[in-house]
Amino acid sequence: MTTQPGATSVAQAPPRPQIRAGRRAKAPLSEGARAERRLGWLLCAPAVALMVAVTAYPIGYAIWLSLQRYDLRFPAQRQFVGLANYATVLGNRLWWTAFGVTLFITVVSVAVELVLGMGLAMIMRWALVGRGAVRTAILVPYGIVTVVAAYSWQYAWTPGTGYLANLLPSGGAPLTEQWPAIFIIIGAEIWKTTPFMALLLLAGLSLVPEELLRAAKVDGASGWQRFTQVILPLMKPAILVALLFRILDAFRIFDNIFILTAGANNTRSVSILGYDNLFTALNLGVGSTISVLVFVAVAVIAFVFVKGFGAAAPGQEVDRR
Amino acid sequence: MSTRTAAKAAPWAVANTVVVLVALVPVLWLASLSFKDPSTIGDGSFLPREWTLDNYRGIFQTSLFTRALVNSIGIAVIATVLAVAVGSMAAYAVARLRFPGKRVLVAVTLLIAMFPAISLVSPLFNLWRQLGLFDTWPGLIIPYLTFSLPLAIYTLSAFFREIPWELERAAQVDGATPFQAFRQVIAPLAAPGMVTTAILVFIFCWTDFVYAISLTSTSNSQTVPAAIAFFSGASQFQTPIGSIAAAGVVITIPIILFVFFFQRRIVSGLTSGAVKG
Repeated sequence: MTTQPGATSVAQAPPRPQIRAGRRAKAPLSEGARAERRLGWLLCAPAVALMVAVTAYPIGYAIWLSLQRYDLRFPAQRQFVGLANYATVLGNRLWWTAFGVTLFITVVSVAVELVLGMGLAMIMRWALVGRGAVRTAILVPYGIVTVVAAYSWQYAWTPGTGYLANLLPSGGAPLTEQWPAIFIIIGAEIWKTTPFMALLLLAGLSLVPEELLRAAKVDGASGWQRFTQVILPLMKPAILVALLFRILDAFRIFDNIFILTAGANNTRSVSILGYDNLFTALNLGVGSTISVLVFVAVAVIAFVFVKGFGAAAPGQEVDRR
Repeated sequence: MSTRTAAKAAPWAVANTVVVLVALVPVLWLASLSFKDPSTIGDGSFLPREWTLDNYRGIFQTSLFTRALVNSIGIAVIATVLAVAVGSMAAYAVARLRFPGKRVLVAVTLLIAMFPAISLVSPLFNLWRQLGLFDTWPGLIIPYLTFSLPLAIYTLSAFFREIPWELERAAQVDGATPFQAFRQVIAPLAAPGMVTTAILVFIFCWTDFVYAISLTSTSNSQTVPAAIAFFSGASQFQTPIGSIAAAGVVITIPIILFVFFFQRRIVSGLTSGAVKG
């Protein structure tokens, strides 16, 4: 079928129909716009159906449990208690310690990973020698099963059995002290997940046209200027995605801590605290409350983030140049 | 890029070396543990003093590990293919089409990515038992697909939105249907995004522990990370670190191959000359 540009070029539809949908609803939609709507819904349907089918019940169930006193050791005392569990958790020092630890791990590891990841992305794109090998090597740590990697770190940092602990002045057992242990956890996390950041940033970096950089160079822009004024603006959506997903993941850190310290000496993250309550103490009510609170905390972070990034967020209307 | 003089290559070589060392020294430590004899495994030496293949022989002796390896490969490959396909469709719509409900979709997608996995597994376990999905391949593929979709949609839509509109319009003017335009114009240009997504999803499925341990029980569907939990040490209270390390090394090899074969495609898409200016 041949189409004259006017009919299909939905690009010429009014600039932002969606935000002003209320006002525009009366105006009849053009044939093209209606076809576009249908296509949009059709394309999203499988993803939406899956996500709703798999997660609606578990998430709803967790929220429902968080409103009850429900301890598997005393099932007879199960009772709807409203928000009492939330008051219990939020009034508890353990929660705030875990929250602080989690926040610290998240901020430090994600900040370091962003800088390292950017460097690695550039190496992966522009390295003149051994590019294939270096790309593969960079991604290997991410491909190692976290639990296995964590065991090897634990072994490495345990006095006597590990090469890293043997480098320390004798008598130090870093995994048994709060701050050294937290920094070991952060180190293991950075080593493991920087490749994730680097790969997402590389994806953004590969959208920067080589011609543009060459043109900037001809115009006399320094390396730093090219980075801040050409590369960074074009990479903004990729940086948003990378940061967002790393923060979401880092805030729910579990595997590394579980193996390295099991949360001893105040190194619990909020997810470890939730696990302890759900699976060790079998207190489903309080455990679910912690899960919901983690969820809320992460949602707040994500919201602030997406707002901060504005138009670079997915789903924002793009002008169709 | 044109003159590959030694002077230009030298800084890259240094950078590469540093990066490779930092990335791989912990991996070598893991490999070293896997080659250590049980009597010397706790000696703290970086390299084994007594080399042995016993740990490898041990894990391949029973079908526990080999069956798990087959499950891991099958489940991860299927989940990855589906996630990239379903994710691309949704991401294309999110990035380039106008339709009501898009913002809700994007927000809900993110919410799903945010719920702590540890609190989802118990209800999923109950649900899967009732549906007969417990301890089956689909029983793991479905959650892997679902929980990798948010990342897939976000990554891919960041790509789709950067593809120049002229190309799509030109294809339409040439008489292509939207699907043809997608398959022949957009998808090849978004190839780096798709490869990136595929690598991330594959690794997520390959390394996941929480869902694997909760939603499987036998070698029907147990993946390697779950099987490792059933390795037994010399005594009940001892971590069988040698076997764990050996299994860790074996299951890292497919990742290395997967990445090595696909890494070329990460950057080649947009720089291959389809888009100029």
